[in-house]
Amino acid sequence: MTTQPYRLARGGRIDRAKRLRFSFNDRAYEGYRGDTLASALLANGVVLVGRGFKYHRPRGIMTAGSEEPNAIVQLGVGDRTEPNIRATQVELYDGLSAASINCWPSVEFDLGAVNGMMSRLFPAGFYYKTFMWPPSFWMKYEYFIRRMAGLGKAPDAPDPDRYDKTFAHCDVLVVGAGPAGLAAALAAGRAGARVILADEQAEPGGSLLASGETINGQPAAEWIAAALAELASMPDARVLARTTAFSYGDHNYVQMVERVADHLPPASSPGPRQRLWRVRAGQVVLAAGAIERPLVFADNDRPGIMLASAAATYVRRYAAAPGRRVLVFANNDGAYRDALALLDAGIGISAIVDPRPDPGAAIVAEIRRRGIEVLAGHVVAGTKGHGRVESAQVMKLDGDKVAGAARSIGCDAIAMSGGWNPTVHLFSQSGGKLRFDAARATFLPGAPVQAIRVAGAANGATSLQDCLREGHAAGAASAADAGAAGKAGDAPQAEPATPDEPAMPIWIVPSVKPVGEGGKHFIDHQNDVTAADLQLAVREGYSSVEHLKRYTTMGMGTDQGKTSNVNALALLAVTLGHEVGAVGTTTFRPPYTPVTVGAFAGHDQGDLLDPVRKTPLHGWHEIMGAPFENVGQWRRAWYYPKPGEDMHAAVGREAKAVRTGVGIVDASTLGKIDIQGPDAVELLNWVYTNAWNKLEIGRCRYGLMLGEDGMVMDDGVTTRLGENHYLMTTTTGNAARVLGWLENWLQCEWPHMRVYCTSVTEQWATVALNGPLARRLLAELTTDIELDPAKFPFLSFREGRVAAIPARIYRISFTGELSYEINVAPSHAVALWQALMAAGEKYAIVPYGTETMHVLRAEKGYIIVGQETDGTVTPHDLGMDWIVSKAKKDFIGKRSLARADTSRPDRKHLMGLLAENPSEVLPEGGQVVAEVKDRPPMAMIGHVTSSYFSPNAGRSIAMALIKNGRNRMGETVHVPAGERVIRATVTEPKFFDPEGKRLDG
Amino acid sequence: MVEAYLRRGPLAHRSLPSRIEADGPRKSAAGLWLAWRPHRAQVNLRGDASDAAFIGAVRQAIGIDLPLKANTTSGGGDVKALWLGPDEWLVVARDGREGDLAAALRQALAGMHAAVTDNSEARTVIAIAGPRARELMAKATPLDPHPRVFGPGACAQTVFAKAAAIIDQIDDAPTFELYVLNSFADYLWAWLERAGEEYAIAVVE
Repeated sequence: MTTQPYRLARGGRIDRAKRLRFSFNDRAYEGYRGDTLASALLANGVVLVGRGFKYHRPRGIMTAGSEEPNAIVQLGVGDRTEPNIRATQVELYDGLSAASINCWPSVEFDLGAVNGMMSRLFPAGFYYKTFMWPPSFWMKYEYFIRRMAGLGKAPDAPDPDRYDKTFAHCDVLVVGAGPAGLAAALAAGRAGARVILADEQAEPGGSLLASGETINGQPAAEWIAAALAELASMPDARVLARTTAFSYGDHNYVQMVERVADHLPPASSPGPRQRLWRVRAGQVVLAAGAIERPLVFADNDRPGIMLASAAATYVRRYAAAPGRRVLVFANNDGAYRDALALLDAGIGISAIVDPRPDPGAAIVAEIRRRGIEVLAGHVVAGTKGHGRVESAQVMKLDGDKVAGAARSIGCDAIAMSGGWNPTVHLFSQSGGKLRFDAARATFLPGAPVQAIRVAGAANGATSLQDCLREGHAAGAASAADAGAAGKAGDAPQAEPATPDEPAMPIWIVPSVKPVGEGGKHFIDHQNDVTAADLQLAVREGYSSVEHLKRYTTMGMGTDQGKTSNVNALALLAVTLGHEVGAVGTTTFRPPYTPVTVGAFAGHDQGDLLDPVRKTPLHGWHEIMGAPFENVGQWRRAWYYPKPGEDMHAAVGREAKAVRTGVGIVDASTLGKIDIQGPDAVELLNWVYTNAWNKLEIGRCRYGLMLGEDGMVMDDGVTTRLGENHYLMTTTTGNAARVLGWLENWLQCEWPHMRVYCTSVTEQWATVALNGPLARRLLAELTTDIELDPAKFPFLSFREGRVAAIPARIYRISFTGELSYEINVAPSHAVALWQALMAAGEKYAIVPYGTETMHVLRAEKGYIIVGQETDGTVTPHDLGMDWIVSKAKKDFIGKRSLARADTSRPDRKHLMGLLAENPSEVLPEGGQVVAEVKDRPPMAMIGHVTSSYFSPNAGRSIAMALIKNGRNRMGETVHVPAGERVIRATVTEPKFFDPEGKRLDG
Repeated sequence: MVEAYLRRGPLAHRSLPSRIEADGPRKSAAGLWLAWRPHRAQVNLRGDASDAAFIGAVRQAIGIDLPLKANTTSGGGDVKALWLGPDEWLVVARDGREGDLAAALRQALAGMHAAVTDNSEARTVIAIAGPRARELMAKATPLDPHPRVFGPGACAQTVFAKAAAIIDQIDDAPTFELYVLNSFADYLWAWLERAGEEYAIAVVE
């Protein structure tokens, strides 16, 4: 266990009483509660944390926030390991384990670093230029590229953690809890608005957490605590720390991810690991702050080189020293204040290097008073060091060149600042355009498109006073716009500050040699894109920012270019000789930072991935050991194997029993629509192809429903229950679609029709008895229904009681056998089923599942919509002309049936197929060909839609859609099935009882 | 007549009575109370809301005025009506009333274009209550359960988790009743237990 050599003796918002052990690259370290992995590594003097993506150069920690491009690690082990996590956002917990990525075999000795020595061979667009030729070699290249490219490893086991997601609503959503965000939330909350305040960091406060400033005369930390206490006292204010707003959609729909338990050891808390917040906000205040801009100088990527604000944050907030002799290189006054923070903590400053000839006089005087050298009009023209930066080569700036002799200044860290980029990502996602502000040399939010206000540093404010004032005003105005009538109170006050001298934009810092020769000016540290790459791409003609981005991969890493995009845009503009801002920006896309897929899934995964719909008899089927078949969201009993039976044996037994005795099936899933009204019959005449005027009360009729294209959409039996009262049944999978179809016509096209449709699918459980003994069995359980076929004929319906249970019985048949479909209340379904099973024992009643149901209907040649049809099949194709009324003036789809293509005689027809070998079952979906060739392609003439072994026909049977099928009757066709080709004969699609003599038993 | 004990609702297999007994002592510590209210009279009613004769006939039949404002309820004593659409309501009452309610409505509406459909057996009722009830509701539905927006007297037909449900807030405890199609009930109960786990659940009467 090492000590923490770079831990400052005092200060920081860490809890020194809570020591936490962690490991990095298998080495043990200690940190404190309140540390991030990055701050703990710095405190332990670990500056080499990873390797560059392309050149594998050593990399350290560059920032203290979510913009980090360098310090990305593999976090955790086993099934909880996560790739590409920013060490700056990982809160330390006891037992944390992390490792470097992009290096092999180790971060200290990385074979890929040879790429750096050969970097002249890796220009922009290298992959496009090199590995595309010869094309057949790509597979070989890819293997090595992937091996070397690294990035993290995905876990290979299921995620053991729980995730949650929730909707949320508020009047005012405040994104960012720095000074502006806190002021906004207070103002909105005081006015009475429902407020959500979200911040990505472990605790609210933003920049104030590393600030020595005062607000309302209090130290910043005390003001934060008071603000949070006030928000907590409001009934409708919610403060979410560790919550990143990552996506901004239409109608102020903002998605946020809360890292609920990521700061705790894995599996140590009972709740979810992360929670996705899907927020509908009346108003949004974006107070997301700003990201400091790196300076693009030669070899600006050595470990120890970091943003100036990050250096101050590590010192003030984490009491971790980024180095012992820090050189500051900055083009603005703010970095001088960061230098003072380091000095106050006892850290040495080697010098301050500032390209401006005239930095702010007051701040320079203060620095010089502390004995620190300020080199105005100078730049860092290069750096040296092995692993960690060891010196900076400082030269005088002369126009856009350096002049004079280089002076080497020793340092073990460089704090750099090129100014600030407001965090406008969400504003851009909201649809707002950005505008380039030349005075501040940065992109600022333009006119909003949605109900959003931008405040504080995100809006370009630089002083604490401006941040507080803007935040308060935005919060108060948002609350008022949301209808809150209360008083927002006064804006918090900071001490007045003297304005800074303007920063001096310097988009590329010159060095002795031209850019690209000797030293690398990194722009995008994560994707290893240099200024030379950009300039080369421009020379090659990539002048559009979107093309440039894709060609160089600039800004396309997991950090999405938070530290690099503006520098790249500016350099592009400068290289092209345009104004900065004239080249536009790349698109800001969600997510702001990467989001775990688990958070999107929430609880909707595993057994809850999709609803499982169960019939009232589901439990009985389970007890009987039935496997289930998915039919839409329904689970239907598939077959009921007896001990020792496989599916083939069980289905054979069930199918025989139905044709010789009696079978019982759960048909509850069929869709049922209650249709009432004087125009009900007119509706039926429109939506079905056949005529309904003459259907008598108490009688049933089969109908085929077409789309407007004339293609079969659904089928089912409709019963006339009363004068203006019908019950329509639909296929299981189409129940909701058909109801929507009817409503669409009624509401949009035929509002004059007096018809009401109500789904009653689940009001009725359906148990069907099928087989020659069905009547004898039913007779034992009903006294008030006459079952004599003369009194209760096929295609009619009766109401009465079965086993004392009120029931509707329909004489309709999907098997061709004598059949009664008994409908009862679902709560009585089990009682009915058990009564039928008990009474049926002496008839050897057999329960059967959907597979037997399918075999039995196929024996009869009955279609299943969605199996024999696929949206391209007309009634004529199915050989069902008999159901298409010639007399009706019109019905939905009629006109389409007259089209040249739908009426031609050689379309695909539904035919039977009998394999030459009667024990061979054709593969469903198998392609039917007229002529067999040695190998594909062969001209297909159709495909097998249904295929089974039929126990009752004693052979295999199949149905198929075959081109010009009715004119191929008796022909032999071929169905290639893997290595073999099965020969089959085209027949009528009827295999059992073709005359239909069995319907009455 | 069918024996009452032979009736079986869609959550019968979950042995909730024994859960209720086991959870009894933990009820006050739980953030969520879930209850299953298996059987309820539910008569679906369609008709022309702008027709005073229709509204009057319904009042005469069931003793309440139908709610005409979207997503509101009326009544609430013996009989309650939930607005489901501009021409659609769900008339609910205790289990067993469905027959006489439907008959009374049919009689009063005879000769008018209206539709009375007993749908009592299609849906079961799950109640969600407890201090964290609104948080659980927010997880399941994109509607806003905040008391300024949704309260007693409000109802909605909406997506709930991945199922559909009719939500009726029956008091400001708050207690939300969900009318759920029987086939979805088992999925929805499992989902509620999973999503509500972090608040500690007690199953109650």
